[in-house]
Amino acid sequence: MNAPATKHFRTDKFDFWSFFFSGLTGLATLFILGILAAILVNVIYNGWNGLTWHFVSSIPKKDFFDAKTTGVLPMIIGTAFRVIVMTIFVIPVGVITAVYLTEYASNISIITRIIRAAVNNLAGVPSIVFGLFGLGFFINFVGKNMDNLLHNSSAVWGQPALIWASLTLAVMTLPVVIVATEESLKAIPPGLREASLALGATKLETIWRIVLPQALPGIMTGGILAVSRAAGEVAPILFTGVAYFMASLPGRLSDQFMDLGYHVFVLSTQSPNIEQTRPILYATVLVLLILTFALNIVAVIIRARVRKKLRAQS
Amino acid sequence: MKKLFTLLAAIAITANMQAGNITVKGSDTLVILAQKWAEVYMGEHKDVKIQVTGGGTGTGFAALQNQTTDLCDASRKAKPAEIANCLKAFGKRPTEYKVALDGLSVYVNPENSLKELTLDQVKDIFTGKVKNWKDVGGPDAPITVYSRENSSGTYEFFKEHVLKGSDFAASAQTMPGTAAIVQAVVKDKGAIGYGGAAYGGGSKLLAIKKDEASPAITPTEETVVNGTYPIWRHLFVYLDPAKDKGETAAYLNWIRSDEGQKYTKEVGYYPLPKNLRSN
Amino acid sequence: MEPLKKNNAPLGWMGIHRGHQARPVEWLAEKLIFLVSLSAIAMVLLIFLFVAREALPVFFGETNTALVQQIIPTAELDKHSDAEIQRYLELTPEQFKNMDKETLKTLMDVKIEALNDVPENFRNDPDAHVNTTDWKYLLKAHQWNGYDQPEYIWQPVGQIKKFNIIPLFVGTLKVTLIGLGFAVPLAVGAAIYVSQLARPRIRETVKPMIEMLSGIPSVVVGVFALIVMASVLQKIFGYQTRLNAFVAGIALGFAVIPVIFSIAEDALTSVPRAYTQAALALGASRWQTSWQIVLPAALPGVFAAAVLGFGRAIGETMIVLMVCSASVMSWNVFDSARSITTTIAAEMAEAVNGGPHYRILFMLGALLFAATFVSNMIGDFVIHRFKNKLEGKR
Repeated sequence: MNAPATKHFRTDKFDFWSFFFSGLTGLATLFILGILAAILVNVIYNGWNGLTWHFVSSIPKKDFFDAKTTGVLPMIIGTAFRVIVMTIFVIPVGVITAVYLTEYASNISIITRIIRAAVNNLAGVPSIVFGLFGLGFFINFVGKNMDNLLHNSSAVWGQPALIWASLTLAVMTLPVVIVATEESLKAIPPGLREASLALGATKLETIWRIVLPQALPGIMTGGILAVSRAAGEVAPILFTGVAYFMASLPGRLSDQFMDLGYHVFVLSTQSPNIEQTRPILYATVLVLLILTFALNIVAVIIRARVRKKLRAQS
Repeated sequence: MKKLFTLLAAIAITANMQAGNITVKGSDTLVILAQKWAEVYMGEHKDVKIQVTGGGTGTGFAALQNQTTDLCDASRKAKPAEIANCLKAFGKRPTEYKVALDGLSVYVNPENSLKELTLDQVKDIFTGKVKNWKDVGGPDAPITVYSRENSSGTYEFFKEHVLKGSDFAASAQTMPGTAAIVQAVVKDKGAIGYGGAAYGGGSKLLAIKKDEASPAITPTEETVVNGTYPIWRHLFVYLDPAKDKGETAAYLNWIRSDEGQKYTKEVGYYPLPKNLRSN
Repeated sequence: MEPLKKNNAPLGWMGIHRGHQARPVEWLAEKLIFLVSLSAIAMVLLIFLFVAREALPVFFGETNTALVQQIIPTAELDKHSDAEIQRYLELTPEQFKNMDKETLKTLMDVKIEALNDVPENFRNDPDAHVNTTDWKYLLKAHQWNGYDQPEYIWQPVGQIKKFNIIPLFVGTLKVTLIGLGFAVPLAVGAAIYVSQLARPRIRETVKPMIEMLSGIPSVVVGVFALIVMASVLQKIFGYQTRLNAFVAGIALGFAVIPVIFSIAEDALTSVPRAYTQAALALGASRWQTSWQIVLPAALPGVFAAAVLGFGRAIGETMIVLMVCSASVMSWNVFDSARSITTTIAAEMAEAVNGGPHYRILFMLGALLFAATFVSNMIGDFVIHRFKNKLEGKR
């Protein structure tokens, strides 16, 4: 909106209603920011004291509701594991889909439209439905069949496990990666591609050597956003892999794991003494928030740069 | 080739299930206690490894059927469907062991002047028949009923044994955990809730009368263990009878010994009376 | 972009094109890329298929939850055909084949024991013989024994399992509508402010901050609502039950504000500048321009934002799960409510694998999926139309 250009057309008459309604929308904005601030301040204020090195780095030996001895290391590791495994699956598929949509597909073909509609839809599927899907497809179908083939029907894969939780999350975050990658692919000037093609490179070479390296920041944003989204999600992993308590750290893909977000849920609803566990609850929330927010802020910064580049071209 | 495969798989499984490696899964109610037991036992028997996971009684039974766990912790008795599933899976009924006692108490707000209720009054309150405290001898104030999630063993036990199978009032607030109930009861003057006796911190535990004529009993270790307090339940461990030998059997015996039972009190449950310990 | 595509005619089979070098690798890669890009479609289909698959027995009326069922005495095992026994014991043909007579007998014993375990008062209950997973009981009010009038009841655990899904629908809608009623005005107001009225510098800082709100995991919003908001709102409004649909709805609003905001803001920004400039030149104030020119032009986009926000709100799980979950059949906002998502999340872990309760939870999941699918479709369609119209395409 280039406001300065239109300014001197305005009359000097003070219009009360304009002022009033503009003020209202401004208040709405402020209110939303206030909510954000309230949540952050509340969590940081209450969680700060509990956030000690001991808390982040120790494994709860017995009762994890005991504020003195508890720690969240297994939950941090569990959450990290599941998002790392997820990334391994979601990035290649997401990037390739985005490459197809921007580099190969024609915008008017039916199949492209269907792909786009599917991506949009996938983004809107409720997270709990992903959980059901993980249970119905990955565990009860893929896992059980793997067991029948590989393990003589004894259950190794046909039960909640890290790998199934990760795959479920990969399906859930696929649209995030696709959209972010697509955005950055579009930001690359067509001239670059044309130059590469003119020099005799094939299309694949152009994509691999010219386009993808340029799009790297966007791909990274997509990955980070996916990770930060997935790290905070609890519903999809409820039936696909999370454990209430595990004495040891997950070591194999078929193990279950403990998780930060689920631990927050457990601490806030299952604890034997709410007042006593509140400091650990808030400290755990703070750890979760720091993890997801740090990732988010990085993503927002990279994304802002990509958008600027995009704007500079159009 | 297929035979070789089967053999390999069999070896892999037996290696996994070797004596000295016990997996425990099931009720979240029991997970803390199970963890405590495992820890102490592992400290005494260095060669034994015990892995404890929660997830819920249903999850535990599912794992028992899939043979992914050796022991299934349960806060309720096995349902026929689950026994049937076990039969389908390993051809036998699962063996049931009682491992601890849990007394369920009825909580009210500390400011509530009421001290005791009969079982029938409790039932009427939770089914929604009685809606005001003055109808049961309390102050003139509406009652807010707090209940557990219907997935919890506590909910089911309360429904079967206190409500005698009737439905909870539709207006009963469902809470995901006992602590949430206690918190709600502490904050809400007209509230009533139920849960493990040890969890009541901050709320007031009501004394319960079996019927009009009986004395009102407050839940304590003594009254729960000797059975005078009317609302109590067993906590169970289920397993495949074929696995009830070696280390697993030794562990189960230890759990039910004086030594093992004394840890029940540390996490808010009660030891089994002596006569119940030998199945 | 466009010119690039034109001079890139599709390669022939295996990349062999008359008059050109053969490029099989290129061809294969392109096909592979195409195949991988189909995965999004595959996933949507798989989600629907596999969620619905677990729910199929409910749709076909194959589940039976009647408390008292016809019993075949164990001694009469041989008198009945295999097929009969198999159905009676709810076995798959494969399971049945692998079972010896002893196991079958024990299974039949279990069945009889289950019946004997039923308390006397329930064995004579008129409802003990009905299959409560029948559509009639799932959708219509029924006068259960012990109730004064027909009622919609969701009580899936107990002797007589009541699976009426209507209270869950009411709960879901109630919470969702409260959430939208709170979120839409705020988010759209903020979108107008940020896109039309704010100075560029403010816009550049406010926008990412509101987007940050969507980065807060829903369990965290849940904790905040459970501990802080519930008490604050109770103090303000003075209702009796601390945790209710109102608190859940407002908390839900927090989660959908960023969704609605970013779509609405996008729609408002994409209204051509000529509109605004013309209005301003005619002497309209900034507010009049935004309200009377830009907003009407962007209305479809704003509508789509609300629809997509609805889709997001209806599927939100953890917030509602933590804040309220009683299956009350009431539209009162200060009563509790139980949403479909909460029901699935809370009950799945304890439902007997493959049993009727498990199936019904999957059916609820399938319905939820269908609902969000439709709202996403509508939202996307409207946005698509809107953008095309602005660009002058049909």
